[in-house]
Amino acid sequence: MNLLKFHTTLVLCLTGISVCAKTILVDPAGSTKSIKQAITQAAAGDTILVKPGIYREGNIIVNKPLVLIGEGRPVLDGDRKYEILTIHASNVTVSGFRIISSGVSSVNDLAGIGAINTDRLVIRDNEFAETYFGIHISNSRNSIIENNRLSVSARSEYETGNGIHLWQSTQATIRNNHVTGHRDGIYFEFVTNSRIEGNTCERNQRYGLHFMFSHDDEYHRNIFRENGAGVAVMYTRNVTMTYNLFEKNWGNSVYGLLLKDISDSKVTSNRFIQNTIAIYMEGTSRTEFSENIFSSNGWGIRLQASCDANTFTRNNFMRNTFDFATNGTLVLNSINGNYWDKYQGYDLNKDGIGDVPYRPVNMYTMVVERIPTAVLLWRSFLVFLLDRAEKVFPAVTPENLKDEYPNLRPHDLST
Amino acid sequence: MISVRNLIKSFGKLRALDGVTVDFHPGKSYALIGPNGSGKTTLIKSVLGMVIPTSGDIVVDNEPVMNHWHYREKIGYMPQIGRYPDNMRIGQLFDMMRNIRKNPPLLDEELIDAFRLNELVDKRMHTLSGGTRQKVSAALAFMFNPPILFLDEPTAGLDPVSVELLKDKIQKEKEAGRLLIITSHIMSDLDDLATEVVYLQEGRIRYNNTIDELKDITGESKLGKAMAKMIRGLEHTHFPPQGGTKGGVILNDVL
Amino acid sequence: MTRVIKYVFYDILRTRFILLYTLFLLVSTIAMFQLDTDTGKVILSLMNIVLMVVPLVSIVFSTIHFFNSYEFIELLLAQPVNRKIIFLGEYFAVAFSLCFAFVAGVGLPMVLYGADASGFTLLYSGIMLTLVFVSLAFLSSVLTRDKAKAIGIALLFWFYFSLIYDGLLMWIIYTFMDYPLEKITLALVSLNPVDLARILMLLQLDISALMGYTGAFYKEFFGSNLGLIFSSLVLLVWIVIPVWGALRIFTKKDL
Repeated sequence: MNLLKFHTTLVLCLTGISVCAKTILVDPAGSTKSIKQAITQAAAGDTILVKPGIYREGNIIVNKPLVLIGEGRPVLDGDRKYEILTIHASNVTVSGFRIISSGVSSVNDLAGIGAINTDRLVIRDNEFAETYFGIHISNSRNSIIENNRLSVSARSEYETGNGIHLWQSTQATIRNNHVTGHRDGIYFEFVTNSRIEGNTCERNQRYGLHFMFSHDDEYHRNIFRENGAGVAVMYTRNVTMTYNLFEKNWGNSVYGLLLKDISDSKVTSNRFIQNTIAIYMEGTSRTEFSENIFSSNGWGIRLQASCDANTFTRNNFMRNTFDFATNGTLVLNSINGNYWDKYQGYDLNKDGIGDVPYRPVNMYTMVVERIPTAVLLWRSFLVFLLDRAEKVFPAVTPENLKDEYPNLRPHDLST
Repeated sequence: MISVRNLIKSFGKLRALDGVTVDFHPGKSYALIGPNGSGKTTLIKSVLGMVIPTSGDIVVDNEPVMNHWHYREKIGYMPQIGRYPDNMRIGQLFDMMRNIRKNPPLLDEELIDAFRLNELVDKRMHTLSGGTRQKVSAALAFMFNPPILFLDEPTAGLDPVSVELLKDKIQKEKEAGRLLIITSHIMSDLDDLATEVVYLQEGRIRYNNTIDELKDITGESKLGKAMAKMIRGLEHTHFPPQGGTKGGVILNDVL
Repeated sequence: MTRVIKYVFYDILRTRFILLYTLFLLVSTIAMFQLDTDTGKVILSLMNIVLMVVPLVSIVFSTIHFFNSYEFIELLLAQPVNRKIIFLGEYFAVAFSLCFAFVAGVGLPMVLYGADASGFTLLYSGIMLTLVFVSLAFLSSVLTRDKAKAIGIALLFWFYFSLIYDGLLMWIIYTFMDYPLEKITLALVSLNPVDLARILMLLQLDISALMGYTGAFYKEFFGSNLGLIFSSLVLLVWIVIPVWGALRIFTKKDL
């Protein structure tokens, strides 16, 4: 009998920790007053339930699999000196906390929550305020970061780190977070096979999303708005970006989406609204841009001559100052079957496709490309005349950059 | 009373008025006569303040004309060609003028009645004949009981009946003691309406005296003949630039 | 003055030219809204009308109107009223009627079809440009006595501000492209009312592109209401200065 009982307990303990794991209560008014104390007491798999209060415990190190749950949003205050939570173990969950005032150090990259060498880390439903880095994860797998809010009121990008920062990781999920005021909203370097979806990054100092060397990732339904420099995607292959919104990223060298050395990727069904440059691309190859909406941007697409074999199809270009700009004359990309609101051709056979090609590169675009100041004369009678003359005798615009089958009506793109 | 002293007006090299000194007295009616380009219009426009003199003084009832405009309350002006905004109604024009004149209580509407302009108040200016426009101009000139009246070719373009109506009106105002200055190419009209002659030539006053005096000197009974005789006489002699009654005296000598 | 403005305004509104102008604007605006469902594109097409046609019509019509009203202005000047009042009365009457035609022709359909901020900026620019070019027309009208010459000057103004100026500006930008010329170009742009109105529209239609412009100064200028306030002020100067100069000339001018 006893043997049987022991076996049952053992089996249960092995199959699910919940059965034998205990819950430790942390309460300023209770017996366990500090989280550090609770961690020392806890065994792997235990839950630490933290009651409301302000906990100033310096750097809290989580070195065993634990579930940390804040009840009534307890505050973890780093006194502007420490990294608040440092996680060194796998299977850790942190949720329900308000994490404020980490130390500021560009040498140690202090964060609200730092994690190194973890697996199955979950950071959920927390608030971060005035942390240097919000969440800083390296060398980890299977992290889930969702429903967190991170905000900083720093003045310059040197006073703050990134909101959600991942390095050397794989299979991460970043979902439904809101990041504002940080240097980069979400930062990925060497992060592969991961998903970023439903996040909102706005008014960050530099990039809303910044990633490099992060192959095979997917980005869906994120909002990147009014970030200092937009979104930068660099040195990466096989990225999929769909249903994202890039909005009001304004300024000199500010891009809705900056693509640099990207290949074999997909950018589809995104909306680019009121950006200075919706997409800037250099060294980009074999990437498909389709069913995107480019509306009210300064430049729809600025394509450097180093790009090749990209396709642009079924996109809607509307109300952009300039639809397309390029610094080269030889164009190795296909741009057929888009809708351009500036198209003035006709459709005699009524198939909805214009009978004459559309050349999206405006002559004056080339002038502005060389002399930015010249943008001040845009839409003047003089420029109108020059443009007409160029249409009759093309001299500056690339001859073969054209949409052979421009759509007469906007594509119906429900997002 | 209008007093003009040594008035000079140059348009570039051309001297339109070359030292004009003349007085116009209330109760008298002056015929302002001279060949085309003699300076008649310039003289009238100077008094009305439309032309700014190069030098000299113009005083209307002790008020200098330069940079003033109140004195024009005392002046009624009937232009040679009355052109009005095409789509303005006669009634609107009268209303506007009354408003400019600050709506005086006493209005002289005799000519409006005589010309039956009341029946036309809703007519637009471009629908009117030249004669009717002339009637409008005349009615406007007399409307505000001005003590001084400038009438520039008042009878030109009017039908015979209207000419008589207008002349009766002018006669009546003259008898009422107003100061009238009339230019016309029709000497017989001036014979009826004017008592004095001011003759301008090349910007100078060559004769300034009563019509009766002129007729006496020339021995003609009609003003037209008398004028013609005087002008021929002038062509054979040189006059001092000064006008005034002396002109008559010199003319006597010539003849 | 109000009575003068009122009746001259009524008069101009009924002229065939103003009726045609209003009709032209009305038909083109409605046609554009009918042909295109995208309000942004309609505003763009209307912008060309506002920047080209409105100034041309305003300046030519006002100049012709001034000379056609010459005799009427003379008659008004014979009345006891300050010259300035007559001149400004004429200015306001002409300016109001052209603005009225523009608002009726472009504004009315725009409101009916639904306009956004860029639509109202367009209306505002159109009204300001009308006022500026009426102002310039009055200046050309008092610069010479000859109607044909005045129309020539008016057309030259239009041509200069619509095309020649931008050509010179382009040349300057091109020649000095290696120098930091941002503030200077902005200053030069504000020396041309048509360019200013255009910049006002660019601030609505192309703000994203303008924000890509180098320099914090520009970002501040274009990103805030500063641009709007600045250009409105300069446009106001463009309205006031020519009409003020014209007024000065007119008060000393012989008619």
